[in-house]
Amino acid sequence: MARTPSATAEPLQLPPVAPVAGPSLAMRRLRAVLAEPKVTLGGGFILLLLAIAIVAPWIAPKNPLDQDLMLASLPPAGLAGAEPGYLLGTDTLGRDVLSRLIFGSRVALTVAFVAASLAALIGTTLGLLAGWYRGWVDIAVSRLVDVWMAFPPVLLSILLVAVLGAGIGSVILAIAIIDWTRFCRVVRAETMAQAESEYVTAARAIGFPRFHILVREILPNIAPALLALVSLEMGIAVIVEAILSFVGLSVSSGTPTWGGMIAEGRQFIHQSWWVLAAPLAALFATVLAFNQLGEGLRRALDPVLRR
Amino acid sequence: MIALAVLKRLAMALATLAGVAVVVFLLLRVVPGDPISMMISPGASEADIAALRAHYGLDGGLLTQFGIWAASALRGDFGVSISLHRDVVQVLGERLPATLELAIAALEFAVVLGGFVAVVGAMARRTALESVIDAVNGLFLAVPDFVWALALVLTFGVLLPVLPLTGRLDPSVSSGMITPFYWAESLLRLRFDVFADLTQHLTMPVLSLGLPLAAVIARVLKGALNEAMAQDYILLARLKGMSKLRLVLQEALRNAIGPTLALTGVQFTFLIGGTVIVERIFAYPGIGNMAIDAVINRDLPLIQGLVLVFAVIFIAINIAVDLLVVLFNPKLRHG
Repeated sequence: MARTPSATAEPLQLPPVAPVAGPSLAMRRLRAVLAEPKVTLGGGFILLLLAIAIVAPWIAPKNPLDQDLMLASLPPAGLAGAEPGYLLGTDTLGRDVLSRLIFGSRVALTVAFVAASLAALIGTTLGLLAGWYRGWVDIAVSRLVDVWMAFPPVLLSILLVAVLGAGIGSVILAIAIIDWTRFCRVVRAETMAQAESEYVTAARAIGFPRFHILVREILPNIAPALLALVSLEMGIAVIVEAILSFVGLSVSSGTPTWGGMIAEGRQFIHQSWWVLAAPLAALFATVLAFNQLGEGLRRALDPVLRR
Repeated sequence: MIALAVLKRLAMALATLAGVAVVVFLLLRVVPGDPISMMISPGASEADIAALRAHYGLDGGLLTQFGIWAASALRGDFGVSISLHRDVVQVLGERLPATLELAIAALEFAVVLGGFVAVVGAMARRTALESVIDAVNGLFLAVPDFVWALALVLTFGVLLPVLPLTGRLDPSVSSGMITPFYWAESLLRLRFDVFADLTQHLTMPVLSLGLPLAAVIARVLKGALNEAMAQDYILLARLKGMSKLRLVLQEALRNAIGPTLALTGVQFTFLIGGTVIVERIFAYPGIGNMAIDAVINRDLPLIQGLVLVFAVIFIAINIAVDLLVVLFNPKLRHG
């Protein structure tokens, strides 16, 4: 809205390609975002996790795949029977829990970022088209959403991965195919609301093509709401990946995942509860962090909520 | 007017259901490879494979195949489960009550807990207690059933081993129940030993499914209560000296129930979707747990039946909620 040509007219010494209002609006938004404690806490945790995932091979104390039956089911440090060097203990095959946890963050974050982006891409595209062009496009998209919402999401994801074949690519695809409706519904409603606003009327009066208005005027205005939704979806994606690993349909058993660790831990809960507790705590913290980040972004960027 | 709206709603529901049927059908058949190879259990003989192929008309085109399946489905014939070697409808009839009892118990728990928290929160407006309630509530809103279920397994499985970790009814308890609705029947027939054992088995699954829903109800209802409490007539009543608790319970609650109900309905469908994984974790013998087995065993007829059952439940809940919202909102009733 502030990016109208008149905003650039006053400071003559500036080149016309760099409108003053653009960067300052972005800066103001960035400042609002960083002032929100939920964003700094949640985002900070995600950044830390991302760093851990990237440098996993250098910081993991052991090879996450190394089995040693002599060192099986060791409890975490501080408990009776613990061995030095195995901070969070070992699983029933003698693999280091901490190292598996560190490597498991790679799958979790890969799925979170790629699946959420893909779901956002599909849902936003369909939502924008349905909300802007209305008519038969809207009817078709809305009916499709209705049909999709009539499936239990967990069952559909298991079904899709079974059809597509286990593996990280299938997991990502399944999450995107299921969760695009979350974006579609919000974006469609937002687009319809924005279409009624004055800046859109103005853009149409100037004679901008309809598609141009949709992409260059409406999309930037719903982007903040979208960003918050993407963060929430990343949390959901991490959970779905864990569920699929738990059921045994995610990546191959050679790759450590939190869900796979949870499944093993659940099985041997009476021998080694820490094999379940460690990945569950990681899952808990990660989901909470994505949720707080999304919630904080929504608060900081939504002008109505900010007040 | 209302009758027409209901008819329109039902027609749309049928269209959605047909859409679900088509999607499941296509999903299971437009897969690379032979659909029969998905359907056979390991160790099926050549004769089994040939019989299956004939049964599903798989030599015909996709449309023919769908026609055959849809026609028998409309007659109430969903075929025979490949892994269980039993009639799909019969298997579903045995398993569905367990899931319904679980889901309804979780809903009841969530409504009671969420309602209680909302009323306490509205009473404690702008106090330290409200901040505590909001913070705890936020935690339960953010973390889903899967995580709560496993956290409960850890707590009650290791720390405090007082609850059974798996199943619906201990084999040592002879149930003697006639209907598959054990929980309701045991209560009605005053078989408290059976009822107590069922309740113990239900506790953890109900908590896992009910806690996130309770948090949603608490948040929405508290917001609606606060909004209602700020109305002029309520302020006037407070100035006249009516107690706050009485106003919250008698006046505000009546106005807040509509929006909460609408959201609770949508969330209840999510809860039912959640039974799939929660039943798996607790080895609870409902349709959710069976659905995962059906997918792993590539039991095509069973998968199709299960997905349609879930879809019917989801759509029925949505219609029921729409009707209830109209009943609770006098403004909509006349529109």
